[in-house]
Amino acid sequence: MSEATHELITVSYLRWIVLLPLLGAIVNGLGGAVIQKAAGKRAISLLACAPVLIAFAISVRGFLQLLGLGEGERLLIDRLFTWIAVGNLHVDVAFQLDPLSAVMILVITGVGGLIHIYSTAYMHEEPAYWRYFAYLNLFTFAMLTLVLADNLLLMFVGWEGVGLCSYALIGFWYSDWNNASAGSKAFIVNRVGDFGFMLGTFLLFWSLSGIGHPTLVFREIAAYAVQLEGHTVAGVAVLTAVTLLMFVGATGKSAQIPLYVWLPDAMAGPTPVSALIHAATMVTAGVYMIARLNVLYTLAPATQMVVLVTGTLTAFFAATIGTAQNDIKKVLAYSTVSQLGFMFIAMGVGAYAAGVFHLMTHAFFKACLFLGSGSVIHAMHHEQDMRKMGGLKRWMPITYWTFLISTLAISGIPPLSGFISKDSILWEAFANRHHVLWLLGLSGALMTAFYMFRLVFMTFHGECRADHHTQEHLHESPSAMTIPLVILAALAAVAGLLNWPLALNPVLPFLGVAQFEQWLRPVVGKDVSVLHGAVPHEGHHLDPIEYATMLLSIAVAVAGILIARAMYEKKTMSPDRVAELGGGWLYRTVLNKYYVDELYQTVFVGGLLVVTRAAAWFDQHVIDFIVNAAATVTTWVSWVEGQFDHYVIDGAVNGVGWLSVFFGGRVRRLQMGSINGYLYVIVLAVFGVMVAQLWWGTGPS
Amino acid sequence: MSVGLTHFLAVSLLVFLLGLYCVLTRRNAIGILMGVELILNSANINYLAFARYSAGGYDGQVFALFVIMLAAAEAAIGLAIVLGIYQTFHTIDVEATETLRG
Repeated sequence: MSEATHELITVSYLRWIVLLPLLGAIVNGLGGAVIQKAAGKRAISLLACAPVLIAFAISVRGFLQLLGLGEGERLLIDRLFTWIAVGNLHVDVAFQLDPLSAVMILVITGVGGLIHIYSTAYMHEEPAYWRYFAYLNLFTFAMLTLVLADNLLLMFVGWEGVGLCSYALIGFWYSDWNNASAGSKAFIVNRVGDFGFMLGTFLLFWSLSGIGHPTLVFREIAAYAVQLEGHTVAGVAVLTAVTLLMFVGATGKSAQIPLYVWLPDAMAGPTPVSALIHAATMVTAGVYMIARLNVLYTLAPATQMVVLVTGTLTAFFAATIGTAQNDIKKVLAYSTVSQLGFMFIAMGVGAYAAGVFHLMTHAFFKACLFLGSGSVIHAMHHEQDMRKMGGLKRWMPITYWTFLISTLAISGIPPLSGFISKDSILWEAFANRHHVLWLLGLSGALMTAFYMFRLVFMTFHGECRADHHTQEHLHESPSAMTIPLVILAALAAVAGLLNWPLALNPVLPFLGVAQFEQWLRPVVGKDVSVLHGAVPHEGHHLDPIEYATMLLSIAVAVAGILIARAMYEKKTMSPDRVAELGGGWLYRTVLNKYYVDELYQTVFVGGLLVVTRAAAWFDQHVIDFIVNAAATVTTWVSWVEGQFDHYVIDGAVNGVGWLSVFFGGRVRRLQMGSINGYLYVIVLAVFGVMVAQLWWGTGPS
Repeated sequence: MSVGLTHFLAVSLLVFLLGLYCVLTRRNAIGILMGVELILNSANINYLAFARYSAGGYDGQVFALFVIMLAAAEAAIGLAIVLGIYQTFHTIDVEATETLRG
């Protein structure tokens, strides 16, 4: 079974899904200021939303084409050109559409399109409107490149691109130093992860070249990965090393422990940005990457354990922090980190399809929640502290109902999508005997229900705690903002029907069994035995314990809601009394996010500064000393040379002159000036010649 | 006593020495030129004496004519120079012309 030898169906429209947003980014980026001044923000809205919506249409077309193909043939390739051809490294710019990337592009262009439309109203007052949409389009381009890439290197281009756009959009209002520094934090923390990604890529390519298949194309990696079993590098199994390094990249991009710290700070950016990038798309890149490389992970059980434990701890840990936060966006941010943890739990037990399904449902309800919070923040004139809100459902009914539906979804109340996706993950964990981790996940679900309903009660129910001036201006948001909310809430409600589990099949038999998982099976469904050549076995077994765990999940969700209701609506349990439990230090620790940021600041930033100062000292005292010493020695040498030049050289030159003058002085006395003297000399000379001729010469001639 | 070659040569020598004395010691420029004339004439006497008392042709006399002509030319030029000296220095005392000295 080698997918690499299948007939590849080539198409030429996939590129437009990626290129249209890029075109939008270029037009808005280079000409946006001019266009906005000439034709107003309407023009920018059109130029920015159209590419994404058209890309969505093309994505639907691609999806329909895939539907028409047989299960094992669903792979469309669109090859543009050869990018690198050096030695045995050959990388093309080529896009592939298979069931996994089809899901991703529908989510990205669909939810992204809704967020673009939402942004036209939310960012209406913003003077740099064009710059926002340029970045948003650029981000969409990068994310689509990431998921449609057919090889690791092109995926990395998209990977880096989304990091860059995240930085640009978080720090969009860069004149406030906090926003700019949040953007930098996101980029730098991501960079640490990217380093792992790069090392993993290099190691993978090197290992594959070693067995004679130098390639970075995904379908080829999947085909040849089995041959890497047993190979080691520096005493570690190659597959384990590669997958661990790539997972480091995933922890950076998808905000898992220890690289999650950027995501809460990223709430400094505009709320639609939080919805798009930090809920629906960019943070899912890590999950997507593992799903894409699922064959490698299936063959590296050690890494899968790491992924599982990290995901569980992150899910639990972030949920605890979320219970104590008072900023509405921070609650949602920690909720995102926690839900991503759930996705990684799924990845860690090999339930890749369940993880991707949760990715999709999370995109729907989390984007709805963020956009809803944006609607609230907009109405409250940019107030984000929930302690100053309350009773908003009176003024903002659409926002309230869509928010409530999404909250029910995330809390895991059936039959909403969140229940289906989260429960399937918890069941997979339990079924694979990770009971302790399952329990931690269940606790995370309890806390999720609790803090989300705490948010709803504090924001929408009860008395309004805002001041009069704000209360007078409270109003529902415009339709450009509420329509996306409605669409997303509807999707959050019904998306569960796409993956109706076997256990609930008797309730709604016409939904089939786990259609979403079936859809993804050709890409992610190979377990270890199949990879080693066994025949894949069809059919699911129904374990009756699943009903028990399902009931537990529901009970836990309801319990969370009830506790939140008691504390924040009925006020029968006082939140302040709970916070004081055990001396209050637990509450304070959780409120301060376990001081992790402070720890990182001291250890990493502080450590780096120590090294920097040592280097600066070395530079000033050692390097500069040497340089200055060299300069001083040079001055001495030139002094010596100066003396030489002054006395010896000049002496010689002057000496020549002096000699001329001296002899000249002597010789010029020959010129007596006296005529008698000259005549005397002439006569003497004649006599001298005569005598000389007579005596020594030839005699008188 | 018969006058022979020797007597002419002696006269010539005498004239030569007198002329030499004039050239060397006189301060008057024209006096120096006179001395030069005397020297030239002594040479003439020499030529003529040898021409008279030897068997050759008339070479000596022809040469003497040349010398007279040359003496005249040279005297003319010398006198022109003396005139120039007088115009510049307003005297023909050669001790006044010691300005071009080192």
